[in-house]
Amino acid sequence: MTPSSDTSVITDGMNWLQHQHNRMIVLMVMAAVAMEIPLVANNYILEVLTNAWFYTILCLGLNIVVGYAGLLDLGYAAFFAVGAYTTGILTSQFGINFWLTIPAAVFCSMVAGIIIGGPTLRLRSDYLAIVTLGFGEIVRIIARNLEITGGASGLIGIERPTFFGIELSQGIHFYYVFLLLAIAACFVSYRLQHSRLGRAWQYVREDEDAAEAMGINRVGVKLYAYVIGAMFGGVAGSFFAVKMTAISPETFTFAQSVLILLGVVLGGMGKIPGVIVGAFALVLFPEVFRGFGSMRMLIFALSCSSSCSTDLRASGPGTKHEG
Amino acid sequence: MALLEVEDLVLRFSGLEVIRELGFTVEQGTIASLIGPNGAGKTSVFNCLTGFYRPDAGRIYFNGHSIIRKKPHTITQAGMARTFQNLRLFKSMTVMENVMSGMHCRTSAGALGAVFQTPAQRREEELIRRVSEECLAFVGLLEKKTRHAGNLPYGDQRRVEWARALATKPKLLLLDEPAAGLNHDEKLELIELILHIRNELGITILLIEHDMGLVMKVSEKITVIDYGKKIAEGTAVEVQNNPKVIEAYLGSEDEEEFL
Repeated sequence: MTPSSDTSVITDGMNWLQHQHNRMIVLMVMAAVAMEIPLVANNYILEVLTNAWFYTILCLGLNIVVGYAGLLDLGYAAFFAVGAYTTGILTSQFGINFWLTIPAAVFCSMVAGIIIGGPTLRLRSDYLAIVTLGFGEIVRIIARNLEITGGASGLIGIERPTFFGIELSQGIHFYYVFLLLAIAACFVSYRLQHSRLGRAWQYVREDEDAAEAMGINRVGVKLYAYVIGAMFGGVAGSFFAVKMTAISPETFTFAQSVLILLGVVLGGMGKIPGVIVGAFALVLFPEVFRGFGSMRMLIFALSCSSSCSTDLRASGPGTKHEG
Repeated sequence: MALLEVEDLVLRFSGLEVIRELGFTVEQGTIASLIGPNGAGKTSVFNCLTGFYRPDAGRIYFNGHSIIRKKPHTITQAGMARTFQNLRLFKSMTVMENVMSGMHCRTSAGALGAVFQTPAQRREEELIRRVSEECLAFVGLLEKKTRHAGNLPYGDQRRVEWARALATKPKLLLLDEPAAGLNHDEKLELIELILHIRNELGITILLIEHDMGLVMKVSEKITVIDYGKKIAEGTAVEVQNNPKVIEAYLGSEDEEEFL
């Protein structure tokens, strides 16, 4: 095959992908493959992939804040923590059914989003980053010091949920739970991105003043992004709590927030397929290179920074990411 | 009653008075201009009107309501749209998406509507697209709607800004130096467009301009400011023959002698 025909195959493929209809087919096939994986995979692989789907949800949630609305959030783990602790406390200390705690977790993380977002979203982005960083740490330290959250040792013995009489306890169960949640997260992200609200986020990200001159409530629109992002975190946290059956403050450190942010940035902010790839890279890389021992984190760090810097060079200094 | 009334407007930047007790009115359905030498405070006046600056004193009434110290987005919603002196397009987005931003304040679908694509949300999206296409057709850019705004030639980018402002369905359109950077032919087209907007859409226009020829041709009332103060007001002929205006633009004879 000559090189020219080779490239035409690629461009044909790209053109073919441009059609929404064809894209749907690709997505369906990918979802079907993801559904079949548990039939062939062992427990280890299943566990790693479950984790990858879990990070996909978190990264997609943060992507709404960072990618769509262009707000740098360094304390995203806080929302994840609020969701996890809400479910953990309600089930283990009050004996409430897990499924009923989900709305409560969503509500609490939304309130947390409003509390932190309301006063700070008037600030320009660099200040916001610092405030969110502080907020993330505050939530963790509160969880560490309150009695109801179990202090430094956290909550243990969170009950496994049942689903139509089946107790969700095995790896395969949670694989499907997180896969379905990740698909739902993609769907919601996609719909939001291509809506009036999604465009408003993009306008504000591109030029705040011009967006305001077009009648867009800058602060209101950002708060919307923040609260929706918080909800994603809350739901993910809720399911995380019952999957692990134990949570401790050390799960929700600043490093966790940075890791989620890394997933968003790695794959390309604002793009759903990119964010999924980023989340998978985040989880798979340390596993694949387990043989290198502790060296693997160094390799991971180097490859992350090199991919980030090539990304910056590709889009040119000072240019903004396209959505 | 005038559509826009400005009374005793004062704006200070750390003690320096940029606008000094400025007062003027814009009547419904007219084309009015605000002119003055460089640094006279014209753009500052625009920024006060549209809520980007907070004036230190004075009153602004738009359509009978006080809009002083209101946020820019509420002022746009009340029916005042603006263009910027330096183009402020959403460069990496398409022309169509840029214009669709104007309809934001005339629609209301939220997150739930977007996720579930309710019938109301679909109708609204349809409406946003239709109005945006009408606005693009009005400025003659419909065939470029899928292009990225940042890749268009300068004159076309200006038109996108106009279409975007029109999509907010304004009562009053504020144009900040619309002729800047345009060549002779483009200026003639611009005059056409300004008259078109007023005559066909019935939108009142207030413009800031350096290009005297353009101002004299289109405006029915001209307010001249210098050092933030109003020095003259009237029709093109009246203003042109006003000694104070001539002095502001060309300098007084006394100053000439020093040179």
